[in-house]
Amino acid sequence: MTPLVFLALSAAGGVGAATRFFVDGAVKARIRGSYPVGTTIINVSGSLLLGLVTGLALTHLVADDWRLVLGGGFLGGYTTFSTASFETVRLLQNRRWGAALANGVGMMLVSVAAALLGLWLGSLI
Amino acid sequence: MSGDEQAASGPAWVGDTNAELPMDSDVEAATTAAPRPAHLRIGYLGLVAIGGAVGTALREAISLGIGPIGGFPIAIFAINVVGAFVLGGLLDLLALRGPDEGRRRRIRLLVGTGVLGGFTTYSSFATDTAQLLAGGSAGVAILYAFATLLAGALATWAGIALGMRLGRPRRAARRAGVRS
Repeated sequence: MTPLVFLALSAAGGVGAATRFFVDGAVKARIRGSYPVGTTIINVSGSLLLGLVTGLALTHLVADDWRLVLGGGFLGGYTTFSTASFETVRLLQNRRWGAALANGVGMMLVSVAAALLGLWLGSLI
Repeated sequence: MSGDEQAASGPAWVGDTNAELPMDSDVEAATTAAPRPAHLRIGYLGLVAIGGAVGTALREAISLGIGPIGGFPIAIFAINVVGAFVLGGLLDLLALRGPDEGRRRRIRLLVGTGVLGGFTTYSSFATDTAQLLAGGSAGVAILYAFATLLAGALATWAGIALGMRLGRPRRAARRAGVRS
């Protein structure tokens, strides 16, 4: 990969992270309760989009450099595993077993399904 | 900046229940005053963006250099688990030092939300799992998915515990049964 692509994907990651921060804040301003809905929305939507980008790249509709910038870059910065894991552990420590299961295993199942959907859509186009 | 938002956990560190840790890593309590909410403050967005760029660059440098082993995405796995550990430690240490405002909040946003949020990735985790499934490697997919969740949760928990030891060693020693 060229230095330019690496710079571009890093910058895209920064934009993705800022987008995550914004979306999470916007969700929290509108939703009551302490269940971390924002992270779920972000990680599921990001997984759907990365599935789509990857599917499109596999059929060469998206150049590999763009897959790196949009996928590894923007969507990699946009989604987060560390925050999701922290939130799951906090739910466990507060004995909210159902919520922890949903946030842990549930988020993973929905995100993988979203990625599968994205891959499939990308292969159709 | 002080007083406009703080972690939902409330007062300073008391007891051993981790009640003071925020329920999530970007929590803001509702406010009756009119200060701009955190997610709209350009300074905060900038901090997160800078951290996110650094974390993303680190992640891509590592993952592009280390390929999967037997289909198992070892690089992303290690990145996500290490990131979970460090975030647990960071958030715990910051919470022990005081309320989420001023310099502590800026550190949390730059390093936690930014660097670690950019470093770790859920989209690659999910998409790699999906591709393994779609490619017929269901066993590796299931192993990867659940190993990541389990190792990640353990790493987060260990990070929190380490943060507690570093932040309040006397309290940690007392819990371990050692009189100080």
